[in-house]
Amino acid sequence: MISYLESSYLEATARERLQRLFDPGSFQEFLPPSARVVSPHLGQLNAPVAFDDGVAVGRAQLAGRTVFVAAQEGGFMGGAVGEVHGAKLVGMLRRAIDEAPDAVLLLLETGGVRLHEANAGLIAVSEVMRAVLDVRAAGIPVIALVGGANGCFGGMGIVARCTNAIVMSEEGRLAMSGPEVIETASGVEEFDARDRALVWRTTGGKHRYLLGDAQALVADSIDAFRAAALAQIDAASSRPVALTLAALEAEHALLTDRYERFGHVREPMELWRAIGVTDPEALPLMEADVFVERVDAVRLGAR
Amino acid sequence: MDWQTLTAALFPQGAVITETHQVLTGEGTVDGGTVAVVGTTGHVPIGVETALAQARFILQTVREHPGRPILILVDTQGQRLRHRDEMLGINGYMAHLGKCVELARRSGHRIVALVYDQALSGGFITSGLMADACYALPEATIRVMGLPAMARITKVPEERLTELAVDNPVFAPGPENYLRMGGIEEIWRGDLAAALVQALQRASDGDVRSALGLARGGRGLAQRVVDAIVTGRDALSP
Repeated sequence: MISYLESSYLEATARERLQRLFDPGSFQEFLPPSARVVSPHLGQLNAPVAFDDGVAVGRAQLAGRTVFVAAQEGGFMGGAVGEVHGAKLVGMLRRAIDEAPDAVLLLLETGGVRLHEANAGLIAVSEVMRAVLDVRAAGIPVIALVGGANGCFGGMGIVARCTNAIVMSEEGRLAMSGPEVIETASGVEEFDARDRALVWRTTGGKHRYLLGDAQALVADSIDAFRAAALAQIDAASSRPVALTLAALEAEHALLTDRYERFGHVREPMELWRAIGVTDPEALPLMEADVFVERVDAVRLGAR
Repeated sequence: MDWQTLTAALFPQGAVITETHQVLTGEGTVDGGTVAVVGTTGHVPIGVETALAQARFILQTVREHPGRPILILVDTQGQRLRHRDEMLGINGYMAHLGKCVELARRSGHRIVALVYDQALSGGFITSGLMADACYALPEATIRVMGLPAMARITKVPEERLTELAVDNPVFAPGPENYLRMGGIEEIWRGDLAAALVQALQRASDGDVRSALGLARGGRGLAQRVVDAIVTGRDALSP
């Protein structure tokens, strides 16, 4: 019998996710903590360092398929991307192009650029974005999993939307600027960061699934993420993996339509009603599988 | 420098560029050929419609003018900080813009970017930093976030950050630091038109920014970490 804590994706550390999501014992780490490559910038701010700089990258098996993988550790600086952290992601992605695995899985839990490494972190995130698109250009699908307590924000929220598919749990959050940043810049009447229900309705997995930004919505369990990741890898073979003009024109039409129809809407629940959800108030409390069944006919951008 | 003065200096043979809601689109003549021009002005925050307008122009260029070089002019205070933009999924709109630039590159368009005023964070990642090579004017400022906000989030005293911002390449906002770290290819001084001609003629050879950062002494670890992983070694080169 597996307890809730043992199977929860949200509660697991990055390394626990790597142990439990992939075939037992299959994860082989590149540049492991024993190499002791730490951030060259944190010391001058008297901030602690980690021997993996907050991310583990390597190769693993998923139901017999060979995948390359990265798992960000939200417990270290919120999973934020510094020089070494970003370079580990880029190194794994470039090696993936050399070794051509069946897919690359990004277990994202991150606030984006690590502000303690400001300029170096910004360039690093840009390099990760380019490297993800290079992997796709090589015909290897990239799948993002978002279900950690720190969500997926900032530049890494952009990177997530550069992948072939995103799997989220309802607890996962995906956005650009965090609610606190918006509240600080634009006032509490613009976005009340303490209104957790509003934060969830705006950035949470169910909202992203309804918009079509996430391709799968699963319960908070490592098994559910594993099954959904496998399904997305298999689905990736039925459409072009690399960017195409046709696909980007279709995305452009979807995003334009979304802006034109809902650009004036203030409340996510209004948006849900506008796309045809008859009982938007009921969505937050629904179990993932019931929710998916209920909204599949009306969600936007199913692809 | 305002964009009219800038584009007059970049395109002495002429350019037709229009500003619509602080988004610049148009074309300029270089050596008798045409360069597509897209960008922003007035430090505009990049919202969903700002990203869409630039993406639309780039897709149209790929569709109607195969191979035409693209110049991206960067002046932005970063992503727009609004609830509505987050609700609509602004990260997806910005990713869309970045992917359109990538598609243009893969379709054979040379992509050159120029930071002529401000560049910040998300607005920069999906524009200038997506180019084959990003250049800057000497007076440009490039940063992730203002120091007060950075102090709040990192819990590092603002005085300490201000001190570091004077000459620490990781915190100082000048283009020289981005140059040393490989994020900026070159700082343009003097004859801008000649600089543009040269930039357009260079071959694109993939993302070499971490190698540049190592060679220029601004980022000592990034390229060595990438190399160790790609070659399967568990230690960095000295």
